[in-house]
Amino acid sequence: MVENSAGGNSTVDAPHAQYKSEVRNLSFYYGAFSALKNVNMMLHEKKVTALIGPSGCGKSTFLRCFNRMHDLYPGNRYVGEIILHPDNINILSRNVDPIEVRMRISMVFQKPNPFPKSIYENVAYGLRVRGVRQRAVLDEKVEEALRGAALWDEAKDRLNQPAYNLSGGQQQRLCIARALATDPEILLFDEPTSALDPIATASIEELIADLKDKVTILIVTHNMQQAARVSDYTAYMYLGEIIEFDVTDTIFIKPKNKQTEDYITGRFG
Amino acid sequence: MTQPKRLGYSYRRHLGERFIEALLFLMAFVSVAITIAIVAMLVKESIVFFEHVPLWEFLTDTEWTPLFDNAHYGILPLISGTVVSSAVALLVAIPLGTITAIYLSEFAPFTVREMAKPFLELLGGVPTVVYGYFALLFVTPLLQKIFPELPGFSLLSAGLVMGIMIIPYVSSMAEDAMRAVPMHLREGSYAMGATRFQTAIRVVMPGAFSGIAAAYILGISRAVGETMVVAIAAGMQPNLTWNPMEPAATITAYIVQVSLGDLPHGSIGYQTIFAAGLTLLLLTLIFNIIGHVLRKRYREVY
Repeated sequence: MVENSAGGNSTVDAPHAQYKSEVRNLSFYYGAFSALKNVNMMLHEKKVTALIGPSGCGKSTFLRCFNRMHDLYPGNRYVGEIILHPDNINILSRNVDPIEVRMRISMVFQKPNPFPKSIYENVAYGLRVRGVRQRAVLDEKVEEALRGAALWDEAKDRLNQPAYNLSGGQQQRLCIARALATDPEILLFDEPTSALDPIATASIEELIADLKDKVTILIVTHNMQQAARVSDYTAYMYLGEIIEFDVTDTIFIKPKNKQTEDYITGRFG
Repeated sequence: MTQPKRLGYSYRRHLGERFIEALLFLMAFVSVAITIAIVAMLVKESIVFFEHVPLWEFLTDTEWTPLFDNAHYGILPLISGTVVSSAVALLVAIPLGTITAIYLSEFAPFTVREMAKPFLELLGGVPTVVYGYFALLFVTPLLQKIFPELPGFSLLSAGLVMGIMIIPYVSSMAEDAMRAVPMHLREGSYAMGATRFQTAIRVVMPGAFSGIAAAYILGISRAVGETMVVAIAAGMQPNLTWNPMEPAATITAYIVQVSLGDLPHGSIGYQTIFAAGLTLLLLTLIFNIIGHVLRKRYREVY
């Protein structure tokens, strides 16, 4: 089972209005393997933060801590805290139900993963599992979410068709709509465009830029140009540690750390 | 220096390949040929039967007494026995098999699953004649305590035990189908804040629909074709009834009964079993076709 040595709901003294979340001394273990080592970082409210780094550096592991995805598998262990503002609650605490966390922090996966349901039911899924039944509420939320994911015009005439009839890029936007339908506070993207062609990728990136007015975004990407294009802040990770975290322009133009510079310029990774 | 080999055509290799291919074809053909032979035999013998008994009488007469002096050849009593016993069996096997599959696939910890599966397989490995006596000597007396008017032979008792017998087939196929649903679909559901149960019911089961449907169809085919349990526990009296509390014969039980008796070859009584066998074959064929259509129609695209 998942354990957390950090204990109960710890409250932070001075909440920072501009931070949506603060990560404090976070370490993560797959069994005995330490995948994250003492990570400290913050997510700025209504900004896009990108995680970059070579394969296996722990980007996705870190991202999946935010919605407690690791709780699904036995033998995983969190140490440290991820504080969610404005509640000042450590979402990794054992006293916090991961389902409650996932109700507020949504995720979009690497490979589009629509459910074997209609387009409408895919978007309504999060509301349905929360017990929403009124058709009028569902209709309104589904439309709003599909508009938010720039899919409404393409999908409005075939809401009852199976989601698998959509193209790959449309499926990924459907997954974004699904994640948006529940009004999340943080949206996690795990390499959302790695399975898509350049045109679909461009539309997803445009969407991310639009979404940051509404929601705080954390995105993992393999593609450094993508990080430079969509993010406001960037963290470079290597072997489970954050090597450098700063404003995206600084990271890409004047990185302070030699390792970061080598990675950014393609000498490494 | 050796002469380089000519890039020619090797007749020996070619013939060898052809020989292997022919051999493999022959092996594969055997099962097809046997199936065709069985159908041909059933049809041929049934034609003899239908020369004596009009098809209309066979399908509409409400009595099946081919061995009596006043012979009636209505298949309906045998069909009703088959349908009622199978329905009872499926009422047991489909819910329990599905729940077992959901538990094993979505909830059970690894160690529990590894322990439970051999037991389920054991349930499927018990000889059917043992189930038959279990129904007759254990389940029937037990049921008689609840329903005192229940006779010694009944479709209810046979159907219940048959259902228990079929659970492992339904559950293991349904579980395989559910476990084949990719993890990223489950993760998508959990990430939306769904519970395990919501994920199992709303995402995994629809994703595994065709496999689960195939498991049900297999269960139906087995129930319809099951012989020993119904022959032992349901009685062998053809009886046109839809009441599971009564004794009745199924198609299979009747065939056993006649095959064991000493009817002369070529007599009309003897021919009846082929007509009954053909009916049974058509019934299971219909279910197999339904299963096939369902599988095709709801083929998973992840």
